[in-house]
Amino acid sequence: MNIVVCVKQVPGTSEVKINKETNTIIRDEAEAIINPFDEYAIEEGVRVKENVGGSVTVISMGIPKTAELLRETIAVGVDEAVLLTDKAFAGADTLATSYTLSMGIKKLGDYDLIICGKQATDGDTAQVGPSLAEKLGVPHTTNVRKIEEIKEGYIRCQRMTDDGYEVVEMPLPAVITVVKEINEPRYPSIKGKLKAKKYEVKILNAEDIGADISLCGLNGSPTRVIKTFTPVHEIKAEMIEGTACEQAEKLADKLLSMQFVKCK
Amino acid sequence: MNYFLTEEQQMIKELAARIADEKIAPVAIEYDREGKFPRDIIKYLADSDLCGVYIDDKYGGLGGGVFEMALVVEELSRACGGIALAFAGTGLGTFPIILFGTEEQKNKYLPDIAAGKKLAAFALTEADAGSDAAGIRTTAVADGDYYVLNGTKQWITNGGEADIYTVIACTNREKGARGFSAFIVEKGTPGLSFGKKEDKMGIRASATCELIFENCRIPKENLLAREGMGFIVAMKTLDRTRPGVAAQALGIATGAFNSALKYAKEREQFGQPISSFQAVQHMLADMAIQIEAARCLVYQTCRHIDSGTKNISKEAAMAKVFASDTAMKVTTDAVQIMGGYGYMKEYPVEKMMRDAKITQIYEGTNQIQRNVIALELIKESTRE
Repeated sequence: MNIVVCVKQVPGTSEVKINKETNTIIRDEAEAIINPFDEYAIEEGVRVKENVGGSVTVISMGIPKTAELLRETIAVGVDEAVLLTDKAFAGADTLATSYTLSMGIKKLGDYDLIICGKQATDGDTAQVGPSLAEKLGVPHTTNVRKIEEIKEGYIRCQRMTDDGYEVVEMPLPAVITVVKEINEPRYPSIKGKLKAKKYEVKILNAEDIGADISLCGLNGSPTRVIKTFTPVHEIKAEMIEGTACEQAEKLADKLLSMQFVKCK
Repeated sequence: MNYFLTEEQQMIKELAARIADEKIAPVAIEYDREGKFPRDIIKYLADSDLCGVYIDDKYGGLGGGVFEMALVVEELSRACGGIALAFAGTGLGTFPIILFGTEEQKNKYLPDIAAGKKLAAFALTEADAGSDAAGIRTTAVADGDYYVLNGTKQWITNGGEADIYTVIACTNREKGARGFSAFIVEKGTPGLSFGKKEDKMGIRASATCELIFENCRIPKENLLAREGMGFIVAMKTLDRTRPGVAAQALGIATGAFNSALKYAKEREQFGQPISSFQAVQHMLADMAIQIEAARCLVYQTCRHIDSGTKNISKEAAMAKVFASDTAMKVTTDAVQIMGGYGYMKEYPVEKMMRDAKITQIYEGTNQIQRNVIALELIKESTRE
């Protein structure tokens, strides 16, 4: 079974620098990590491979430095790592990203299962997985918390919902996005790390994957980001003082005046 | 301090540190309180290849030596000296096979130990044979294709949990220490049973119990080296594992120091952090000096041993004594700096102080180590 895992490089902290002109994240300066949700996707890919055989390829669209992070995935059981990088890909929104990824994945050849993290911790849109499935013309299920069964041409999985889960069956090839409940990512092994050290990440540009550059990067992105900022959480607390009776009275008045409760 | 570790040693140390911080530290107090054996932690070590760092790559290990073993023990012990012992005790049980095993014995036992599928233990101590190892009463009598073992081993680390035991027993009473032999005994062999789990002061996540041999028949091919080599097997093994005890002590000391330093910066008295008081500063400085000195000695001793040099007993004993005395001193001072909080079981340093104590006692008390060192010094000076 050919398994493809899509990963994204994200800043290691939520406090990041923004390019004022394009309003996109300056990825060169922030400490980079693999999007935490994608770690679960990688682990699930490796587990599926261990259970039913096959190979796992990670793919990412990103800056050249992302190759270092991709290389590390070899240490946890990934077989191949591919980086799509090109100036033409810069400034991509989720639409352009999923187009570029879809072209890269098609270039890789046959695939059975594509796994993405449910969302990235920087943009938090959760759009690339489903959008990628649309671009490839295959079915998808989001928020998968368990693969119940997987075999040639078939997958049955549990999709997490707010109050439980749904069981979804799909033909393969298909895309799933996974939540952190699905597994516990393993530690890299020393032998894996030694293998990763020697591994060379495959680098592909727009031409290599036959991408139409008008659909890539900022050109292919209908989204315009007006402003990006780290929200300031200000919670004001008002202490109600007095005896228990007085406090109860003041609290009741407050709740009434704020219309949280109504008098009969 | 830059210890010029190789890239692979650095990887080993960092990975062990990550597992210690993420998986061991959060459960250390609970496992100590409950006396819980860390099976789950061993799984992480196994999956990351750390169980086989000191085993030849021919048998599935990483091909390192005493140094690699010590690096793992140190990092794990920083979080919990008891949990680290599941790994270190296996090293103690495995070195007799690494040093004296035949190709068949190595092929049979080392791959499973390297993969973390099996744990090992070393059984030398008896009720009347501690520092005076020559007092061993357990016997092994040849009977056709078997040896028949009888006797009781005491305070065996990983006892009951380990799958493979290297056991020192007497095959010829008249020859004294030259009448001892070493055997590999597998768990499940009829005639081998385990006594009650000991209730210890420290290293409580580690299993310690009696091994009881009652007409335990083991095949002759489980003899290590030759008959009469048992004492040598034990001594050569301990020369290579005492730096492991030293590393355990070093890890415990480092863990306690880190806690004390963090606390001293956060704890305010008289309107300022207690780290601003010279009395506390000097304690912290002394702790750091001793730890760094111990680390230098332990690391260099490991390199000395791994270089393949012959005379290592004195150096191994020095590392063990210095690091364990350091651990006792540093953990006691860490409790002192943390005051009432240090004395409480909610915080990890009182446990570290209890854990540190054993490193001055086992694998040869520090008094016996000083005997070893002094005897070697006298021997060396006579040779010159």
